[in-house]
Amino acid sequence: MKRWFGFVRKEFYHILRDRRTMFILIGMPLVQILLFGFAVTNEIREARIGILDLSRDEHTQEIRNKLMASGYFRQVADWQRPEQVEAGFKSGDVKVVLIFEEDFGQNLKREGLAHVQIITDATDPNTGQTLLSYVSTIIIDYQRELNQPYQLPLRIEVETQMRYNPELKGVFLFVPGLITIILMLVSALMTSVSIAREKEMGTMEVLLASPMRPIQIILGKVAPYVLLGLLIALGVLLIGYFVFDVPVKGNLLLLAAEGLLFVITVLSLGVLISIVSPNQQVALMVSMMVLMMPTILLSGFMFPIENMPPFLQYISLIIPARWFIVIIKNIMLKGSGIEQIWQETLILFGFTVFYIVLAIRRFKVRLA
Amino acid sequence: MAEAMILAENLSKSYRKVKALTDINLEVKEGELFGLIGPDGAGKTSLIRILATLLLADKGRASLMGLDVVKDFRKVRQMIGYMPGRFSLYRDLTVEENIRLFATIFDTSLEDNYDLIRDIYVQIEPFRHRRAEALSGGMKQKLALCCALIHRPNILLLDEPTTGVDAVSRREFWEILAQMQKQGITILVSTPYMDEAGRCNRVALIHNSKILQIDSPANIEAGFGSPLYAVIGQDTYRLLQHLRQYPHSGTVYPFGDSIHYTDQRGEINTADLAEWLRRQGHANIEVLPIAPNIEDCFMALGSSQPDASSYV
Repeated sequence: MKRWFGFVRKEFYHILRDRRTMFILIGMPLVQILLFGFAVTNEIREARIGILDLSRDEHTQEIRNKLMASGYFRQVADWQRPEQVEAGFKSGDVKVVLIFEEDFGQNLKREGLAHVQIITDATDPNTGQTLLSYVSTIIIDYQRELNQPYQLPLRIEVETQMRYNPELKGVFLFVPGLITIILMLVSALMTSVSIAREKEMGTMEVLLASPMRPIQIILGKVAPYVLLGLLIALGVLLIGYFVFDVPVKGNLLLLAAEGLLFVITVLSLGVLISIVSPNQQVALMVSMMVLMMPTILLSGFMFPIENMPPFLQYISLIIPARWFIVIIKNIMLKGSGIEQIWQETLILFGFTVFYIVLAIRRFKVRLA
Repeated sequence: MAEAMILAENLSKSYRKVKALTDINLEVKEGELFGLIGPDGAGKTSLIRILATLLLADKGRASLMGLDVVKDFRKVRQMIGYMPGRFSLYRDLTVEENIRLFATIFDTSLEDNYDLIRDIYVQIEPFRHRRAEALSGGMKQKLALCCALIHRPNILLLDEPTTGVDAVSRREFWEILAQMQKQGITILVSTPYMDEAGRCNRVALIHNSKILQIDSPANIEAGFGSPLYAVIGQDTYRLLQHLRQYPHSGTVYPFGDSIHYTDQRGEINTADLAEWLRRQGHANIEVLPIAPNIEDCFMALGSSQPDASSYV
């Protein structure tokens, strides 16, 4: 044991003395969370709207006021003629257009039916969809207000609710996803380079000629990053909580325990990559290609897994991050307990055992 | 106990098509300082790595203190101190941290074995808070030796410890090795420098993957076949060419500022050769009978090998 602690202390020296490593460890998570939190977001704010109001009566004015008051839209055009609409879209000046028919108010009063048209720019389908529902919600709201004085005999009212994230805040999704990605980066990337570095610097030769056992070397490599990974995850969590008001509804201890499990999973994967790579460059490339890209793209962090073609859905099954994102989202946003996430936990555990066994088996006790 | 500390039997090793070792047989006795001498690429590193349990031989077997390097590799690793040819300590750790790390890896401490490494350690102690990467070449090697010795190994395996080190540090290093030998440690050391052979009890001359000869340096030198002469002139290059044209010339090769020469007739009248050279237009010619050194023997043995390379 004393032997092992000596080795772990050495690993800490390596990490703390290498400025580049420290920069990656601290700088990258910070930059990423700020980037994702502030800049890369799905939320609609001040979407540019163009309005063609062919009626210009009290009702259209009322709807227009409501739209502007919502804060989601910024009116950039108030057209007079229908031809202008097309031009506005083509130039990309507007993302959504609202058209009131002629005599909108009069039709409403006389016939009880008036028409309004919503057109959205669907080059970005998600935004288009979101804008559409925002505008229609506001119009339906107005309709309900108008109906209130009158008693209609039968009415079915659909009430929708966006659970756990009623304001559809992107940060809510990004913080759990980001913690996952960052843990992945720190743990897997850093460890994958570290054993390869020993090979490259020739120090592995001396270690091999010593009585150190493979398991001691591997665990010694992993231990410091477990600690660092958890610290960084905590940091991201705190920034999420205090800067972006992301809630943590579930048990913090459970969250920490699951985090620890995930860190160990990706660390063992990193070690495995490290062991099969001859030098740091290969290790880095492999981690980038087999770890980072699939994790970011296929774990459900960026794109919903249900929308992927079946082939990619199957691939996503073997990505540890996919399972951890489910776990962490459940704990943070829904406040789930272990009884809801035990399956995912078990899967992560299975991955870990698999990687460690493989790593120890593939560890060469000799050169070449 | 006259049993062999290091024993290699019929070791062969090749990397794809390149032969690194061919049928190596070697025996190092307890307490011996044994030199493995040969040029770069001769196979020294491969041999030491096989003995250090780091490489597997294609053929043959080897044992250290009776323990097989393949079967009992863990036990062997406990007993050896190994120093690779390349500087292989942690560059970002200080001198002291490196030593303490290797001490803990071998379940011992700097204090426990301080007496063994004291003589070396005092030389690097002034720099003990300096990072290993900032040390000079000689200091690096002394540090590496400290780390290899810290667990009091029975056998030291050193791969070219004096390569790339200045002459003063080289001499100091060999003095340290002699001290370690007095402490009862068996030492196998490789070097490309022929002049270091005299520091060893016995040497193996190794060339093109084969061992040419194993004996004490004195015996090897005494076994040099014919009288040897040093020819000294002003234009060494032209002198070399003319000597090779001399009808009776045997081996002719440059050696520092002079040319080492043997004659087919054995012993010759040095004045005759000098006179002949003078007629070829050389001035200030000196021809002196000299005692052969290891390098002469190596050249003679190497050139009798069918696949000898043109080693100069």
